[in-house]
Order: sequence, then C-alpha cells, then structure tokens
Amino acid sequence: MSARETHDYDVLVIGAGGAGLRAAIEASAAGAKVGVICKSLLGKAHTVMAEGGVAAALAHVDPKDSWKVHFRDTMLGGKLLNHWRMAQLHAQEAPERVRELERWGAVFDRTKDGRILQRNFGGHSAPRLAHVGDRTGLEMIRTLQDEGVHQGFDVFMECTVTKLLKDGDRVTGCFAYRRENGRFLLFRAKAIVLATGGIGKAYKVTSNSWEYTGDGHALAYEAGAELIDMEFVQFHPTGMVWPPGVMGILVTEAVRGEGGILRNSKGERFMEKYDPKRMELSTRDMVARAIYTEVKEGRGSPHGGAFLDISHKPADYVKKKLPSMYHQFKDLADVDITTTPMEVGPTTHYIMGGVRVEPDTGASTVPGLFAAGECAGGMHGANRLGGNSLSDLLVFGRRAGLGAAEYAKKTGPNPPLDDRQVQAAEREMLEPFERSGSSPYDVHQRLQECMHSLVGIFRVEEDMTAAIAEIGRLKEDAARVRVTGSREFNPGWHLAHDLRSMLVCSEAVARSALTRKESRGGHARLDHPNLDPEQGRRNTVVRRDGESMHVSQSPLPEMPAELRAIVDAELEAVKV
Amino acid sequence: MKEARFQVYRGDAKAGKLQEYTVAVEEGMVVLDAIHRIQAKDAPDLAVRWNCKAAKCGSCSAEVNGKPKLMCKTRLDDLPLEEPVVVKPMKTFPVVKDLVCDVSWNFEVNKRIPKFTPRKDREWRWMQEDIDRVQEYRKCIECFLCQNVCHVLREHGEKPGFAGPRFLVRVAGLETHPMDAGNRTKLLKDEMGIGYCNITKCCTEVCPEDIHITDNAIIPLKERVVDEHYDPVMKVIRLFTGGSNKKEG
Ligand SMILES: Cc1cc2nc3c(=O)[nH]c(=O)nc-3n(C[C@H](O)[C@H](O)[C@H](O)COP(=O)(O)OP(=O)(O)OC[C@H]3O[C@@H](n4cnc5c(N)ncnc54)[C@H](O)[C@@H]3O)c2cc1C
Ligand code: SF4
Ligand code: SF4
Ligand code: FES
Repeated sequence: MSARETHDYDVLVIGAGGAGLRAAIEASAAGAKVGVICKSLLGKAHTVMAEGGVAAALAHVDPKDSWKVHFRDTMLGGKLLNHWRMAQLHAQEAPERVRELERWGAVFDRTKDGRILQRNFGGHSAPRLAHVGDRTGLEMIRTLQDEGVHQGFDVFMECTVTKLLKDGDRVTGCFAYRRENGRFLLFRAKAIVLATGGIGKAYKVTSNSWEYTGDGHALAYEAGAELIDMEFVQFHPTGMVWPPGVMGILVTEAVRGEGGILRNSKGERFMEKYDPKRMELSTRDMVARAIYTEVKEGRGSPHGGAFLDISHKPADYVKKKLPSMYHQFKDLADVDITTTPMEVGPTTHYIMGGVRVEPDTGASTVPGLFAAGECAGGMHGANRLGGNSLSDLLVFGRRAGLGAAEYAKKTGPNPPLDDRQVQAAEREMLEPFERSGSSPYDVHQRLQECMHSLVGIFRVEEDMTAAIAEIGRLKEDAARVRVTGSREFNPGWHLAHDLRSMLVCSEAVARSALTRKESRGGHARLDHPNLDPEQGRRNTVVRRDGESMHVSQSPLPEMPAELRAIVDAELEAVKV
Repeated sequence: MKEARFQVYRGDAKAGKLQEYTVAVEEGMVVLDAIHRIQAKDAPDLAVRWNCKAAKCGSCSAEVNGKPKLMCKTRLDDLPLEEPVVVKPMKTFPVVKDLVCDVSWNFEVNKRIPKFTPRKDREWRWMQEDIDRVQEYRKCIECFLCQNVCHVLREHGEKPGFAGPRFLVRVAGLETHPMDAGNRTKLLKDEMGIGYCNITKCCTEVCPEDIHITDNAIIPLKERVVDEHYDPVMKVIRLFTGGSNKKEG
C-alpha cells in the first residue's frame, strides 16, 4: 500500500463530545493506547451546548428520590420501549458519574447546605438535574477535556472519518480526512467506539450544528451493524422561531423547570388541555405536539409559535439561573426575557434511535465496534427525558470505553488494512471533484424540506411513502453532486460526503416510521393515533442487506419482575 | 429586499484578498448567516468555523470591520450597511484558509497547565457565594478572541513566553476552586509569563462571556505571584499556616 499516514491504536474513539471523551478517559485508564478523532476543534462538540443539566438521583433536594424513581420516570417517559437494562444501569450509576465530575473539578451550583443543587425538568418526578446555570454542557465538556488532556490519549482535531474498514466480520480500522488540508489518513485499531452524536441536520428546523449528520449511524449501518428505533426523533418543544436566522436554536427546558409558563395568542395556558397534571413539565413529545396543534388551529404567536413567559420571576433570579437564555434573546432577538415573553416552537433536537448495543459493554452487533451517547439506541425508548442525555454520555461512555479496552486486550494484533477497501474509500471522496451534477447545498436543502414536511412531528403513510421516494431521488442526485475548489478546508466537499450519512439516516427514519403503525412518544401517526400494546413490545430494526435497507421488528428484551414492579406501580397514571 | 455588500478574506497564509459578495438582508440576521448564504450561493468552498450559532461554543471568531467578534452574535442591524462589511480571520493566528486560522497553539498551552488536584482534608461542601467567582472563570467558551487582541501575542510575537489571557483565566479558575490543593504561582511566573501583561484590558473588552479577565483573574494572580515570590514575610506566614491562602481573588 502507498505511504499513507497511518496510526495504530488499541482503542479508537470517533467523537469528542461527552460520550467520546468519557470513553477515551476510561479506556486509557484501563491501559489501552487510545486515539480520539473529531470533526471540530476539541471542546466544540454538541455537548458544549447542553444547557439545562445532567439527571442523577443524588437526592439532594428531594430526599425521597432514588435510582428506582429515576428508572421508573425514564421508562415511563420512553413509553416502556427503553432497554430495561440500560435504563437500570443509567439510573444506578448516574449519581456516581456526576460526583466523579466534581472530583475532576466541575463546579455545579449549590444547595443551601453546600451540596450539588438539582432542578426540576419535564417527566422527572423529583428535582433531579445537577446544573450550572444554563451552561451545564460547557462545564461538563471542559471538565472531561481537562481531565482527558492528562490521560495521554492522542486527539485528532478537525478530522472526519468516512469509512470503517473490516477484516471479515470484524472492524479493524477506518479511513479519514483532515479538514485543514484534505489529506487522507488511516487508522488501525483493535476496537472502535462510535460517539458521533445525532442526525438533526437532516431536518430544516433544528437545534443541532453542522456536525450532526448521523455519520456514526451511517458508518455502523454500512459496516453491517443493526440500528434500532430510528423512527423516534425528538422534537424539542421550545426552539426560537424568530428572527429567521436563529429559527430552531434551543430554548432550554430549564426555563420551564424554573417556572416558565406557556400561553397561546388568546392568553390561555393551553397545557391545561393536554396534560393538566404536569402542565409545562409534561414530557417533550406531549408539549411539542401541544404547541404544534395550537399553532395549526390558529392560536399561535405572531411568528408561528407559542409564548413562553418567565417574567413573573424576579429579574435577578432569571439572570442568575438562565444567564445564557437572557443573553441569547437580548442579543439575537432584542427581547428582554425578564419583562417580555419569548416566542417558541418545536425544533428537531435529538434521536432516540441508534446503533443497537449491549447495555453493559456498548458492543454493537459487529465485532470490534462499540457505540455510546446519542448515536447508540435503546436507552431512551420512544422519548428521552431532558437531562438524561448528559448522564447517558457519562454512564455509557465509560462503559463503552471499558468494553472496548477489554475487547482490545483479548484481540490479537491488528491485521493489515485491506487495500481494496482503502482505495474504494478514497475514490468515493475524490469523485465529486470530477462530476458535473448539482451543488451539495441544493441537495441538502431538498432533503431538509422533505424530512421537515413529510417525516416531522405528525406522520401519515402517504407522506412517508412520498418521502422514501424523494430520498431515493436525492440519493441519485447526491451520487452526482459536484464540488468546486481545492481539498483545503472546503465545506462544500465536506457536505458532499455528509449528505451520504444524512440520506442513510433519513431513509432509516422514514422506513422505520412507516413500519411502526401506532403512536408512541416521539413518533405520532395521524393514521394510527393510539398506542398499540402489541407493537409496544417490539423494537424496529434496520440493517443493510446488500444495497437495500432491511427493516424488521424484534421483541423487546424481557424485563425482570422486580423492575417490572417498580414501573407497574405508576403505569395507570401516565397511560402508557 | 435590502442588500448588503460583504468583503470577505479569501486565501491562505501565503496569499489572499478581500472578495466582494452581495447578500439579501433579512430581519435579525447575523454576520454568520450572511457567510452561510455566500457559501450556499456563490462560494461553496468558503472556509469558516461554526457550531452552535448561539454564542456558546466559541468557534466563529473573526474580525468584523476590524473588531474581534463572534460572527453568530454580530447582528447586521448594528453595522453600517451603507459601507461593505469587512470580514477577516483573526490576525494573531496563522490563516489556514479564508476565515479559518490555526489556533492549535492554544491547545498546546492548555496541556501544560497541571490539572485540578483535589484536597483530601475537606468535605465536598461549599456555599454558592464561594464559587460565584470560580464559575465566572469557567464560563470561558475558548473563542480565543482575548488571545487575538492581546498585544503581547498580537504584535510582539511573544507566543512561547506568554500563555495569554485565556489561560490565565483558566489558572484563576483552578487556583480559586475551594477544593484545589495545587499551587501554580511558579508556573504563572516562569512558564506562563504573567509579568508580560501590562493590564491594558483589551482582552476584557472583547470577551463575549463578559468575564472580567483583567480585574478578576489577572490582577489577583499577579498579586499572588508577587506575594509568594517576592515577599519574605508572606513566605514565613505560609510556613506557619501550612499552605497558600486560597480565599483571595
Ligand atoms: C442546544 C442543545 C441543548 C441540550 N441540552 C441538554 C441538556 O440540558 N441536558 C441533556 O441531558 N442533554 C441536552 N442536549 C442533548 C445533548 O447535549 C446531546 O445529546 C449530547 O451532548 C450528545 O453527546 P455525544 O457525546 O453523543 O455527541 P456530541 O457531543 O455531539 O459529539 C459528537 C462528536 O463526534 C464527532 N464526529 C461526528 N461525526 C464524526 C466523523 N464522521 N468523524 C469524526 N468525528 C465525528 C463530532 O465532531 C463530535 O466531536 C442538548 C442538545 C442541544 C443541541
Ligand atoms: S490586559 Fe494583559 S492579557 Fe489582557 S490584553 Fe492587556 S496585556 Fe494582554
Ligand atoms: S476568556 Fe473570554 S475572550 Fe477569552 S477565550 Fe474565554 S470567552 Fe473568549
Ligand atoms: S457558532 Fe458557536 S459561538 Fe458562534
């Protein structure tokens, strides 16, 4: 093979958000030689944007809270579609993972008696979110980064992985390019951990950044791994709706956690109609659909959203507890949230579905391939509770790092990479420079329109069938897009490849959504508006079959009786 | 529809020029929106960094009409649109391409700062008042705009000898943490070159997070360095009280 830059690791982590960094720290601590690759600079991953907090049953504010209550809330929020074992591990281990962050230097807000303060969030039956004002993600990623820097793992910033390389069934490495100069590089690794985050950029209105093109989902899919429950996309109820440039940017749920009230244009507190018990602190799927319905029925705010009001709280309190929301509205929308209501509407935020993993180790169905964080599936079922992602990253990032390190220990030396696969990966990257098709930006825009209008908050069969047909056409167009300019830091070129990932994910979302003929959590079908207990006992599974996408359903793993009992006690109240 | 003219730096470290583009202006638009429109319409290979679009990640730093700014937070309403808006990369760091520059030096500096070292002799409890200041330092989003404007780094090419305001803020965050047992005064003096800072406050002026870099971080650290390294009386007191006084700053 030619003299391409090649690096060798025991464990290679793709992604440097919370999940990736936590995995890298753990794998290094277990003695593995670790490399980390990320598309942006270190510290700029999505995790940095998380605002409201990290959920953990520390029981500092409500002494009655416990892992069991957290487990139950998570399962009920996920409409019982969650993998019970993941929800259990998550609830049990999150408190220790948060305390560990504190030992690594994180500085959370305090209770009056000097412990970590916790706030309310939708679907959590106790104040449970450890937080730092509304910049919890920044605190978390910086803490992991500063701890990680001293662990001795290598970080490849602004590098994008475009293909996993295999030897038979097993993953043995990957192909990547450097954004800066467009040069290609190869990684050989005994185990690979995917921690690439979500897919939000396939939608028009989203809280997600350019990085969220579903690369990890697509890499895993192409390598033969199973994806589960891809129909479950979370539309966060409160994104900014105005001005146009900021449409979709997140307004943290902490606003409601701190007492924010939702009203329609008639001044009605409309959540009374949809969930009188929990009101604004209902789960995200419910609140998003409520706002959508109010707007559809003509009771929306001037720019097509609902009013979210926190101005009844003292101005100083708002500025202290929600400083970045205060500035975000002041700077970007000329709105002073201490005196004036915000205008908000649903925005594509998170994907519950992802790579199917073993709960304890993060192992996917492909040997040598692990996944953690937003790109892994199973933990959140049909709907994720706010704050449960940051804790998920810590709990399962650590477990996947450990799982990968142990796998690496048991594995022999890396076989040489297969030259044919490498050359194919290279060809795929270089072809767009020689083509004459349309611009990747145009194809991207069409995909976003398609997903937004046909596979959005409310779904019907005809729309989804139309979406699948359109995705087919877009795939053909994406295979013909033309890239101009050089290989140096060329966003058009990067997008040309990201499109491929987004199309895989979009197709998986649309096909899975078509398969699930019921409404559950983040998946709402106008033509099947009710929960169906039969389908509620099955995961949707997507897998590659040659060149086509194969969709099936598989039975949920059986929940042990003692856990079942914890859930059953509350089942009636929330009508799962 | 209203239009604005943009002059954007196109090129690399070796050569480049300002290229003019016209952008349709929408209400509430920010500079980063305009750059994205130029990308989608006229220049698909225009290099720019961004992530959050909400002033939270510190990726989109640039010089807009000569002023260091986050592009996602700079509204067109606040700029004189009769004139072309000039957008250039940060000056202090080598240009990679267009608006993207090589900020890797900053990540190297960070690696040299020893990590948080927790005390063993105290419970993990403290009051909110004790950490308000620490949290101020920890708000930093690493946009490196302060590094960009600091004249020590910008004009005198002192990069090896001076760590720059961002990392003095980081050390202040460690030194004032109620549970930290480390002492970084020698590092501040010898390796981070805190003495080079002559308190011009340019860094504080550009910080998008409103961190009072000079007053709250650098000056207290300077005092600490002076106390510990030049004041024999303080040294003796420390000998008897067994450790540095962590309450100041
Ligand atoms: C605005 C906002 C606010 C949020 N607030 C909260 C909150 O308060 N509480 C909560 O629990 N959750 C919150 N979430 C959700 C949560 O932040 C994310 O789900 C979580 O951060 C995802 O972490 P991750 O480690 O899985 O991925 P990320 O942090 O997104 O990291 C993904 C990493 O993968 C890298 N990557 C991707 N593709 C490739 C590739 N092809 N090659 C190399 N590298 C690649 C990226 O560069 C990046 O480093 C919020 C999300 C958003 C967008
Ligand atoms: S105050 Fe010091 S660190 Fe800040 S810009 Fe001036 S010289 Fe640089
Ligand atoms: S201290 Fe302020 S200006 Fe400097 S890097 Fe941090 S946020 Fe940016
Ligand atoms: S894009 Fe994140 S700070 Fe501007």
